Amino acid sequence: MQKKISSIPFQGTPEQEAKLSAVIERHKSDPGAVMPVLQEAQEIYGYLPIEVQTMIAKGLNVPLDEVYGVSTFYSQFALSPKGKYHISVCLGTACYVKGSGDVLNKLSEELGIDAEECTADGQFSLTACRCIGACGLAPVITVNDDVYGRLTTDEVPGILKRYKEA
Amino acid sequence: MYRSNVLVCGGTGCTSSHSLLIAEKLKEEIAAKGLEKEVNVITTGCFGLCALGPIMVVYPEGSFYSMVKIEDVPEIVEEHLLKGRIVTRLLYQETVEEDTIKSLSKTAFYAKQQRVALRNCGVIDPEKIDDYIANDGYAALGKVLTEMSREEVIQTMLDSGLRGRGGAGFPTGLKWKFAAANDADQKYVCCNADEGDPGAFMDRSVLEGDPHVVLEAMAIAGYAIGASKGYIYVRAEYPIAVKRLQIAIDQAHEYGLLGEDIFGTGFNFDIELRLGAGAFVCGEETALMTSIEGKRGEPRPRPPFPAVKGLYQKPTTLNNVETYANIPQIILKGADWFASMGTEKSKGTKVFALGGKINHTGLVEVPMGTTLREIVEEIGGGIPGGKKFKAAQTGGPSGGCIPAEHLDVPIDYDNLLAIGSMMGSGGLIVMDEDNCMVDIAKFFLEFTVDESCGKCTPCRIGTKRLLEMLDKITKGQGSLEMLDEMEELCYYIKANSLCGLGQTAPNPVLSTLRYFKDEYIAHVVDHKCPAGVCKDLLEYTIIKDKCFGCGMCAKKCPVGAITVTDYTAPGKKKPAYEIDHSKCIKCGACIETCKFKAIIKG
Repeated sequence: MQKKISSIPFQGTPEQEAKLSAVIERHKSDPGAVMPVLQEAQEIYGYLPIEVQTMIAKGLNVPLDEVYGVSTFYSQFALSPKGKYHISVCLGTACYVKGSGDVLNKLSEELGIDAEECTADGQFSLTACRCIGACGLAPVITVNDDVYGRLTTDEVPGILKRYKEA
Repeated sequence: MYRSNVLVCGGTGCTSSHSLLIAEKLKEEIAAKGLEKEVNVITTGCFGLCALGPIMVVYPEGSFYSMVKIEDVPEIVEEHLLKGRIVTRLLYQETVEEDTIKSLSKTAFYAKQQRVALRNCGVIDPEKIDDYIANDGYAALGKVLTEMSREEVIQTMLDSGLRGRGGAGFPTGLKWKFAAANDADQKYVCCNADEGDPGAFMDRSVLEGDPHVVLEAMAIAGYAIGASKGYIYVRAEYPIAVKRLQIAIDQAHEYGLLGEDIFGTGFNFDIELRLGAGAFVCGEETALMTSIEGKRGEPRPRPPFPAVKGLYQKPTTLNNVETYANIPQIILKGADWFASMGTEKSKGTKVFALGGKINHTGLVEVPMGTTLREIVEEIGGGIPGGKKFKAAQTGGPSGGCIPAEHLDVPIDYDNLLAIGSMMGSGGLIVMDEDNCMVDIAKFFLEFTVDESCGKCTPCRIGTKRLLEMLDKITKGQGSLEMLDEMEELCYYIKANSLCGLGQTAPNPVLSTLRYFKDEYIAHVVDHKCPAGVCKDLLEYTIIKDKCFGCGMCAKKCPVGAITVTDYTAPGKKKPAYEIDHSKCIKCGACIETCKFKAIIKG
């Protein structure tokens, strides 16, 4: 998936920065620290804007291009923020042959955004993800931590409605 | 001692349908009835029959409750656990036979299976080391450290004939022998738990259901090659597996089964977890090691092989989760026992993740040499809705599609290669007549284009060009010459790519071209998609003689492409409708609405 870099201004808080500093301090002497630090930084901020990557590069004393190289290489690292409700559509083979591609299109149509995008009001973001291993429930989507399995496209509007009204 | 043990599946499949809430509710209801000293609730790993989740088994009766709902829990506790009356209505119906209940191991799904790698999954509580030890856990490590020399361990692995379960099938003993032969101040043992094949989840089930077996086997490997440090590279997408592995590592430390001076023999071994971040190429051994080093997971040219220069340039041995899961049993029961299962060149068993258009989606472990027909038709329970089998896809994006004519080939490493697919990690996706093989090839190419790391040109650009051709074909813009060009490009990519990802990426295209050329020809010559999948080649038509003129389809059509005609079919009261193909966006809403099956696509 092509990474979409966020144009939303960075809004980090001092608390988040203190947490990140502690993480960097803890991993500073480990060999291969860039990935674990990026993983924890993403948990703190929800995504990895360039400001956060710069802090990591400085803190670990590695070039920024190396940090950026790693953050853009792995699909787990997000360069744009997620919506309040983050929807992942499994495009693993088992889900795909059972029609998860149609489910993705339906979601995209209903929300008016493409995969890897976030709605303007920050409520929903949509991503196509790799196999989550719940192949017995194919096709599967997750909305934050909720899992919906054995889906048909007809059920999509109802599921979205639940979150819109929440 | 408990009177009853209730096993609730805590694998990812069942957890997704709320099995952990069911376990909570069970404990609550049991406590309310004052049975907490008599009935024990255990959360286990995956049972394998994911299609029927959430799953729950009550012992000693062995009653197999499937698709349990939270509302069912009070009834099960009241009737079964308190009064001793099994709630037959909620059982997996195949186990119910008039007045008796069949053992689970006699059902079609389990009868042909032989569980070696999965032996503890769905049996023990993966978060309790005592459960594992009670089932011969860490006995193999004890035997190795106190009774066997390093050479004897390696010889046992060689004699067993165990081959790598990650896909390529390299003999494990040989791998260990090479790493052992290189002297260095530090060596490493790595575990590849970066199960990236879409549709494969056997490694996840082992990690979730029996994490200690991996730790034990890695320590055995450490002893054999002379390493004191191990890394498990596990996907971050498997949070339950990560959590249970960490619990297992901590418990093993507490019991002195990891760390320094294990079993008082002076052998030191420690294991650390490293989380992957979603890159398929990191399943390739050199890329995985580069990723553990914290860098972009790009593969390195071989030689030097990891046994010479691996992680941090030190001799390293890397095995897959399922490979490790076999090892303690081989040590305890002997190489001959293991070699007695399977075919001449592929010994032991193999776990397959059965998915797609199949009734019993789930994990199955069968001896090597079992035929695809046995797996699909008997264990898998056939294809839902009485549809016809078209192909089975093995080996994920590196593998190929096996057509019906090869259903009776005994599955092992070499036979699968011979028919143009490969074992891979064991994903087995069944497809029926509604799946378009060109579309499937395109699906896998989209995956490899996405996941190609970009380091070498044949893979980075070659797969992209392949995908463009496939895209044109699915849009009806292909030609017969294009098929030949595509085949030529496939062989070029295979021959020139740096790592396994690129070398195998064209396999889905080659195998579908080989077995389903007629479908490709239908796309490029007739501009038709026989399975009715490729949207650009579809046309929806109303069969006027079947149309009752109810007008439902016209109401549903989002673009107003359906209008009434002046033709009324014989025997019908209202005039028929028709679709204006220039307006139709092929959304399929009409066909779903029509109660009279008067609309066809094709």
